[in-house]
Amino acid sequence: MKYLHLVWSALLRRKTRTVFTLISVIAAFLLFGLLDSVRDAFMGAGRSVAGASRMITLSKESFVVTLPKSLQMRIQAVPGVSAVTYANWFGGYYQEPRNQLVTEAVAPNFFDLYPEMKLSPAQLRAFHDTRTGAVAGAALAERFHWKVGDKIPLQATIFPRKAGSNTWTFDLVGIYHVTDRQLKGEEGALFFNWDYFDQTAAFGGGTVGWYVERIARPSQADGIAHAIDALSANSDHETKTQSEDAFQTSFASQFANIGLLVGSIMGCVFFTLVLLTGNTMAQAVRERIPELAILKTIGFSNRSVLSLVLAESVLLLALGGAIGLALSAVAVSGMRAKLGPQIPMLPVGAGTWLSGAGLMILIGLLVGALPAQRGMRLRIVDALSGR
Amino acid sequence: MRFQAVDGAAVMRKIAWSVFTLVVAAAFAALVAIVPWWADALAVALLVAWLALTRAGRQAWSVTEVGMATVPQRLGAASVVVIGIAGVVGVLVALFSMAQGFRSTLVETGNDATAIVLRGGSQTELNSVLDHEATVIIAGEPQVKRDSAGRPIASPELVVVASLPKKTTGTDANVELRGVGPGAWALRPNVRIVAGRRFTPGLRELIVGKRAVSQFQHTTLGSKLTLGGQPWTVVGEFDSGDEHDSELWGDADVIAAAYRRGDSRNSVTVRLQSPQMLDAFKAALASDPRFKVDASTTRDYYTRQSEFLTRAIRVLGTTVALIMATGAIFGALNTMYAAVAARTREIATLRAMGFRGGPVIVSVLIETLLLALAGGLIGAAIAWALFDHYTASTLGANFSQVVFEFRVTPALLATGLKWALAIGFVGGLFPAVRAARMPVTDGLREL
Repeated sequence: MKYLHLVWSALLRRKTRTVFTLISVIAAFLLFGLLDSVRDAFMGAGRSVAGASRMITLSKESFVVTLPKSLQMRIQAVPGVSAVTYANWFGGYYQEPRNQLVTEAVAPNFFDLYPEMKLSPAQLRAFHDTRTGAVAGAALAERFHWKVGDKIPLQATIFPRKAGSNTWTFDLVGIYHVTDRQLKGEEGALFFNWDYFDQTAAFGGGTVGWYVERIARPSQADGIAHAIDALSANSDHETKTQSEDAFQTSFASQFANIGLLVGSIMGCVFFTLVLLTGNTMAQAVRERIPELAILKTIGFSNRSVLSLVLAESVLLLALGGAIGLALSAVAVSGMRAKLGPQIPMLPVGAGTWLSGAGLMILIGLLVGALPAQRGMRLRIVDALSGR
Repeated sequence: MRFQAVDGAAVMRKIAWSVFTLVVAAAFAALVAIVPWWADALAVALLVAWLALTRAGRQAWSVTEVGMATVPQRLGAASVVVIGIAGVVGVLVALFSMAQGFRSTLVETGNDATAIVLRGGSQTELNSVLDHEATVIIAGEPQVKRDSAGRPIASPELVVVASLPKKTTGTDANVELRGVGPGAWALRPNVRIVAGRRFTPGLRELIVGKRAVSQFQHTTLGSKLTLGGQPWTVVGEFDSGDEHDSELWGDADVIAAAYRRGDSRNSVTVRLQSPQMLDAFKAALASDPRFKVDASTTRDYYTRQSEFLTRAIRVLGTTVALIMATGAIFGALNTMYAAVAARTREIATLRAMGFRGGPVIVSVLIETLLLALAGGLIGAAIAWALFDHYTASTLGANFSQVVFEFRVTPALLATGLKWALAIGFVGGLFPAVRAARMPVTDGLREL
C-alpha cells in the first residue's frame, strides 16, 4: 500500500495513453454490465426462494390448451399442497398494437401466493370488491402514467366480449411493487378478476389457463408434481406440473440461447481488451526500463518490481472497470424506466459487480504478467547502459 | 503530453482544436457509415488518382511506404488496431446476419398474391378465431381465384401449439402444428415433398417441414407421435424454403377433431385473382355484417411478424458495436500516437527537406486505414465462416419455434468494412494531425 503513490505516478507518466486505455477498459466493462443485466433477466428469472416453493400446472399438450376449473378442488386435496390459485392469459394491448401487455385474469387468492408483489391491504380489498378492478405493476403504471382511479381501456387480441366489442375497460384500483431485485421483471404485469373474465369473455369462460400451487417443502416437489399429474392421467386434459423456476427457465431458453450469445460477445470484447491493455503495459514498461533499473539499484527486490508493475496494470483495469460498471448501472436504470418491460433487463446487481471485479483483477494480472516479468528479470548494468 | 509551462490561452486553443478535429472526424465517420458503397468506392478511386497523379500525392505515397515498412517492427502495436477492429466488425456482422436471417425467413413466407384473413383485432393466427360460416364466406368472395374445377384456391387453417423434445437439449419446446385445407397445395406451390408423400385427408397423418425435422425428436419419416391425445404417423417431409419449414402439417379437419376445435378455424388464406384485388377483397369483407375480420397480404402479415425481433436485434447489435468501436478507436489512437512518436525525427527530417504537412497527414491516415481494412476483412471473414448458414431458432409470433439460418450477405460485409474504415479514420486523424503540426525544430531535437 505504501507504494501506491509510486504506482499512481507511473500511470500518470503518459497521461494521454493512460486515458485512452482507460476509455477502452470503460467501454468493455460498460458492455459487460449491460449484457449481464439482460442475461440475468433471462436466466435468473424466477430463481428465488418464492419461485422454488411454487409449482405450476399446465396442460401437458401445450400452454395454449386450457384446463377445467373443477381441477382446483382436487389439486387442493393433494397432500403437501398448502394453497392453489389459478390464472388465465389475457394479453391485449393499450392504445396501439405495439403496446402489447402482460395481462392475466387471476383468482381472488392470487396475491396470497405471490407475496413478493406488495399490495396494500386496502387496495387488495378494493380489488376483491370491484368487479372490473385491475391491479398494475409499478413499472407498468409508470410507463403509461397510470394512477389509482384511472379507467384503462384495453384492446383484446384473443378474447372479444360477449357483446362483440374488443374493448375491455378496467378500473385501476391498486399498484403493486416488487422489491426483490431478481424479481423486478414481475412489476410489468396487469391483473384483473377471473370472475369478470369468466362472465364477460365471448369464449374461454369456465376454463383456467394454469394452476399455481404453494408447497410447504420444496424437497417434496417431485412427488407432489406426480400426484397432481396423476389426477388427470388418461383424461382428455392431462397436465404437466413443474416448479416455477423450471418452467421459467425452459420458457426463456426457447427464445434463444442468451447465455451463449452474451458469452461469445463478451469473449470477443475481453480478448480485444487483453490485447489492447497488454500492448499499453508493454509500452509503458519498455519506456521505463532505466527507471526500473534505478529502483533496483536503490534496493528494490525483484519481487517488488514485479508487484509494482502488476499493481499498475490491476489498478488501471480496476479504475476503468469500476467506472464502466457504474456507467452501466446508470444506463440500465435509465433504459428500464424508458423502455419499460419491453426489453428484459434487471438492475445491475451484486453478482455482476462481483464477477466484474474478478475479471478486472484477472485481466490486470494477465496483461501485467509479461511486462512485469521483463521488469523483474532485467539486469541493472544492461538496463542502465541502455543495452 | 508535454504540458510544461503552458498559458491559459494556449490550453484553450488546444481544447478548441481538439473539439474541432473531433467534430470533423465524427462527421466524416458518420458519412462513411451512411453513404452507399459506390460513393465510398468513388472516394477511394479519387484518392488513388490523387496519389498517382499529383506531386503532393506522390509525396504522400512515398511517406506511406516508409511508414508501412516499419509495421513489421511494431507488430504487437499494429495488431491492436487490426484485432480491435476485427472484433467490432465480427460482432456487428454476426448480430446483423441473425436479424437478416430471421427477417428473410419470415418475409419470404409471404407474397402479394395471397391474403390472410384473421378475426378483427387479432395480431397473430394463434389469437384469431373464425367460425365455420365465416370461413366459407371468405373463401367464396369473388376476388378469390378459382382453380380449373371452379373451386376457390383457399385454405381455412388451424394453428395449434404442440410441444416436442428438441434434439439439442432434450427438453420440450413449442412446435407449430398447422391444419391445412385442401386448397393449401395450390395456395403454396413452393411447398415440395422431399421424402415420403402428402398426408391423406381424413387420416391422422402428418408431414414435417425439413427444419422442424432437424430440430425436434420423433419427426423423421415413419415416426409415431402422440399429439392431442391421439397417435399420429409422419408420412412425409416437405421443403418450402420459408417459415413453414418449422411446422408440422396435417389435415385441418382431423386436427380440429383431436383438439376439440369443432369447425372453427384460426385463419383463412386465399389466392387473389390479382394483387390489385386486395382493396376490393377488403371492402367486400368489411361490408359483411356477419363478421368482423382483418385481411392483409401475406407479405404484410409476415413482415409485421418479423419487425419486433429484427428491430430488437439491430438495436442490440448497433449498441454493442458502438461501445466496442469506442474501445477500438482509443486502441487505434494509442497505437498510432506511439507510431508517430517513434517516427518523430524521421517526419521532422522529411518536413525539413520540403515535404508539406498534407502528405504527412494523408500518409498516417492511409496507414491506419489499411490496418483498419485488414481488421475489417478479418472480422468479416470470421463472421462469414462461422455464421453464414448457422441455424438457430427462437419463439415466433405464434409462440412456437421458428427455425432460421443466419445470412451474411454482401451488403452486411460492406457495412462491416465501412465501420472498419470509419473507426480507422477517427483513430488515425488525431495522430496524423499531431505529426504534421509538430514544429520541425523540436522534432529534429527529439531523441
